[in-house]
Amino acid sequence: MAGNISVKIGGAAGDGVASSGETLARTFVRSGLYVSAYNSYQSVIRGGHIYFDIRASEEKIYSAGRRFDILIALDSNTIDIHGGNASRLIYDEKKVVCPENCPSSRLPIPLSEIARKISKNPILQNTVALGACVKLVGIDFAQLEGVLKDTFKEKGEGVIAENVSAGREGYDFAEKTFSPIPHSLTFSGKKRVFLTGNAALALGAVGAGCRFYAAYPMTPASSILHTLAAHSEKCGILTKQTEDELAAINMTIGASFAGVRAMCGTSGGGFALMTEAFGLAGMIETPIVVVVSQRGGPSTGLPTKTAQGDLNMMLGAGQDDFPRAIIAPLDVEDSFYATYEAFRLAEKYQIPVIVALDFYLSEHFETLDELRFLAPEKRDFTLLDSKRYAFTENGVSPRSIPGQEGLMFIASSDEHDEEGINISDVRASLPESQRIRERIMEKRMRKLSFIASEMSPPSLSGDVDADLTLLCWGSTFGVCREAQTILADEGIKVNILAFRYLFPLVPGTGEILSRRRRILGIEQNYTGQFTQLLTSHTGIQIKECLYKYSGEPLYAGEVVTRVREMMR
Amino acid sequence: MIVEKSKIPPTWCPGCGDYAVLKAVESSLANLKRDPKDVVIVSGIGCSSNLPHFLNTYGIHGIHGRAIPIATGVRLANHDLTVLVTGGDGDGYGIGLGHFLHAARRNINLTYIVMNNQIYGLTTGQVSPTSEKYTKTKSTPTGSIEEPVNPIALALMSGATYVSRGFSGEINHLATLVENAIRHNGFSLVDVLSPCVSFNKLNTYSFFRERVYTLEGENHDAGSMEGALAKSMEWGARIPIGLFYETQKKTYEEEEPALESGPLAKQSLIFDRHLVEEFIARCWFSEE
Repeated sequence: MAGNISVKIGGAAGDGVASSGETLARTFVRSGLYVSAYNSYQSVIRGGHIYFDIRASEEKIYSAGRRFDILIALDSNTIDIHGGNASRLIYDEKKVVCPENCPSSRLPIPLSEIARKISKNPILQNTVALGACVKLVGIDFAQLEGVLKDTFKEKGEGVIAENVSAGREGYDFAEKTFSPIPHSLTFSGKKRVFLTGNAALALGAVGAGCRFYAAYPMTPASSILHTLAAHSEKCGILTKQTEDELAAINMTIGASFAGVRAMCGTSGGGFALMTEAFGLAGMIETPIVVVVSQRGGPSTGLPTKTAQGDLNMMLGAGQDDFPRAIIAPLDVEDSFYATYEAFRLAEKYQIPVIVALDFYLSEHFETLDELRFLAPEKRDFTLLDSKRYAFTENGVSPRSIPGQEGLMFIASSDEHDEEGINISDVRASLPESQRIRERIMEKRMRKLSFIASEMSPPSLSGDVDADLTLLCWGSTFGVCREAQTILADEGIKVNILAFRYLFPLVPGTGEILSRRRRILGIEQNYTGQFTQLLTSHTGIQIKECLYKYSGEPLYAGEVVTRVREMMR
Repeated sequence: MIVEKSKIPPTWCPGCGDYAVLKAVESSLANLKRDPKDVVIVSGIGCSSNLPHFLNTYGIHGIHGRAIPIATGVRLANHDLTVLVTGGDGDGYGIGLGHFLHAARRNINLTYIVMNNQIYGLTTGQVSPTSEKYTKTKSTPTGSIEEPVNPIALALMSGATYVSRGFSGEINHLATLVENAIRHNGFSLVDVLSPCVSFNKLNTYSFFRERVYTLEGENHDAGSMEGALAKSMEWGARIPIGLFYETQKKTYEEEEPALESGPLAKQSLIFDRHLVEEFIARCWFSEE
């Protein structure tokens, strides 16, 4: 009997796939299951093909899957594309054609006919299907009803009542017509938080004391702006949709200079525009947090598809050398904590810090048990020295903010001395200036080794002596965990080396790698950008790799297949 | 404490129009009794963008064309500060033109002083967005074939609430414009005809002395948008300087709900735990 339940809802953009999917996912969450859900959409507002995947279990779920217990097909296209991967098919025979050879068992429901009896709104047919689905899984109707009431509370009693009766009709229809899906799940009703990576990140920013967020809309980072904007007034976070990404990052720098914890967010294209100012933050040593949620490139690329292809840009953004840090959260929960950490590191070392997400991590939902709100560290702007850029042991100089008595200084994008005075014009190339230039460059760069020493080593999960190590970073960690479990059942032992801190690398990374017997590098880009970084830092070649760049999330099955081939 | 000259002497060429602007800013801040610790001067890149270094206040010498967004961030973070943006025509009307228009329509309380010399000076004499048509420069040896931008008209059309033009050769007049611009609550522009003595042989002090006249001297009604627009189009034998337009509107800071409880920079870093919990509950908890 199945220990988990998976449902896919497919249709065209405009069919209400995402909102129906979310309603169903929340119903599973409310019944007490762990849920992972992924909204796959296209860069179109109407038409095309989109789907929403839900996996639910009593255990935590770490990745998306490809097999489904139930496929809710809102159009014929959905059956053509996904019919082969579904055990059961919910569809409306009058509207959707199921080919003769479709292997799924058919559960036809007159969805639109039922919906029409309740309201003229055709989307209501989705709620009928959700009702049937909930019954098939064996969840009480009250759970769905509760979610519908919450979902439509802004739309008024009428809309709630229509949806509740549509759901009820579907539920009763399934009860009369179909047999329930056999599974071993019990529904504990335990409360859990259900968030996307972007929402978790936004929440982490709130907890970390972020007061300013600027962004220009760009998928898949936009929902960070939406989330923070919705809570802006209440939480005293100023959110600003700017005229472009150049303005977003420069405003962030200005706000931080004035003493506020500030963040901006975008995807690869927007970050490409931000790179010059990213260097400004490095040069004037003003802490900022930049969220880069990656999607397929190059250029406009695949706006709604996932990738990990912007790492090289993050590593190289800005002219010349300056210290930066890049943190790639491993899952939704980690997006919350990584953001805390990004703010802490940015402020402590007065550097720009990147939180690197990807489309999948930004936009898929996970259930979380509990979020611990760590209090932000106390800040101290008391000047210990009269020089803003004083040469110190760890490279971090005392910082003052406008409005503060004492040292007033000019933060200059030109190269400057300890006091912030330019050495780039009338003092350029004077012997004294050359020495200053070297020393201030060294001062800034010194920070890197201190940052690196604060970072914890990559986590190694599984048997230390396993024959094979899956090396990954960011959101592919969950996929590797799931693959590890599947492989263990087959008697293949693998461990996982998951990197969360991409830059600077922790001291001893070379030793960590050299202790592994055999490594499979797993990334969602063409060249293995992180693997290359490891090689350039450690000299260790990682020759075996699984690089996926189709735009779809990595699936555990793909990792399993690859490992089986390797271990044969 | 009043704003003083810093210990760094200006690096401009002798005779540069920017000296007058520096003097005007210095005297305005002194007259308005702004405490230098509460003043932030933000600039971009170019000769004129070196200005923040020559005064004893807080400042950011930022990157080319981005002074306005940087200053906007400063001002949004702490609207108790006096925030000035200083730069050139290349910085503000070329690479940074978009930000200028957006700042104007936001009516954020910044004082934007553009030292407009109609040439790229620091890069040794290329055409600028305000160079007159057919101007010959190193990059346009046969003459520029683009119309110059009209910063006064752009500011008016974009919603700026204080729009003025000064001339470095009329320093007292200029200082008054700057002082009133700083005093003005909202986005203010002071476009300054600030001759480049090294690279612009056309728009010289004498060129302007022969042409400028003050709007105040002709009883111009600065409350009239139509009148201001008509004057903004005048450029030739006569060039108007002075206040084209001034109006009072709510500023961005005054209308931004997140600033209701005072400047962000003065809020506690630590959130009320209750607020954070409510934040989660409002949309994400799968609560009953």
